[in-house]
Amino acid sequence: MATKKFMYLNRKAPYGTVYALESLEVVLIAAAFEQDVSLAFIDDGVYQIVKDQNTDGIGMKNFSKTYHALGDYDINQLFVSAESLKERGLSADDLMPLVYEDEDDDWAEKPSVKIVSNAELKELMSEQDVCLSF
Amino acid sequence: MADILGAEVDEEGFLVNLGDWNKEIAVEMAKSDDIDLSEEHWDVINFLRNYFEEYQIAPAVRVLTKAIGKQFGKEKGNSKYLYSLFPYGPGKQGCRFAGLPKPTGCI
Repeated sequence: MATKKFMYLNRKAPYGTVYALESLEVVLIAAAFEQDVSLAFIDDGVYQIVKDQNTDGIGMKNFSKTYHALGDYDINQLFVSAESLKERGLSADDLMPLVYEDEDDDWAEKPSVKIVSNAELKELMSEQDVCLSF
Repeated sequence: MADILGAEVDEEGFLVNLGDWNKEIAVEMAKSDDIDLSEEHWDVINFLRNYFEEYQIAPAVRVLTKAIGKQFGKEKGNSKYLYSLFPYGPGKQGCRFAGLPKPTGCI
């Protein structure tokens, strides 16, 4: 099977709806098929990878730790909309330091998150075979 | 509902309440699968529990295999070795003994 480029678009806040968790589960399951997978965090979706999440008050599972596993699944292209961050008063420092180990570089830890402009995101989306929006 | 040493399990033998887990339950689950848990089994079970604690998911077999090889030596980082310990699948059977839910994406 030829490799296809898949991009998962995450547009919603992590809690309140099930979209973020469902997206993450689909990504992890689909990782088994060894395709070229990237994730984009746009609009309120940027809150999904904000650090120090605490769900004690809402009685939901805090699944933010699971994003740290993405590197193990060879998913290391996480694009974040610069405009969406800025609109919410957030910066790169507010995001979880998600990394992956580069097999071809003696397992050196490298950052998975890349902040890009919406214009760059548009470009990236146009390169995909499949875009799935959550 | 079935139980193991008083802890409730689902129709596939996975613990319903993950907090019920203890070593005796793992030993008992293994016994009913005709397995005597060795130190090598415990290495994998403890690894799975630590992984779950850190990431809130049970790892896919591919991820488990790679990580075991890294932590315990290359000769152990292959599915042949892991299946020799857990003949019903390192993910499914290993996670069950470890008191975790079925791995994500495991059918």
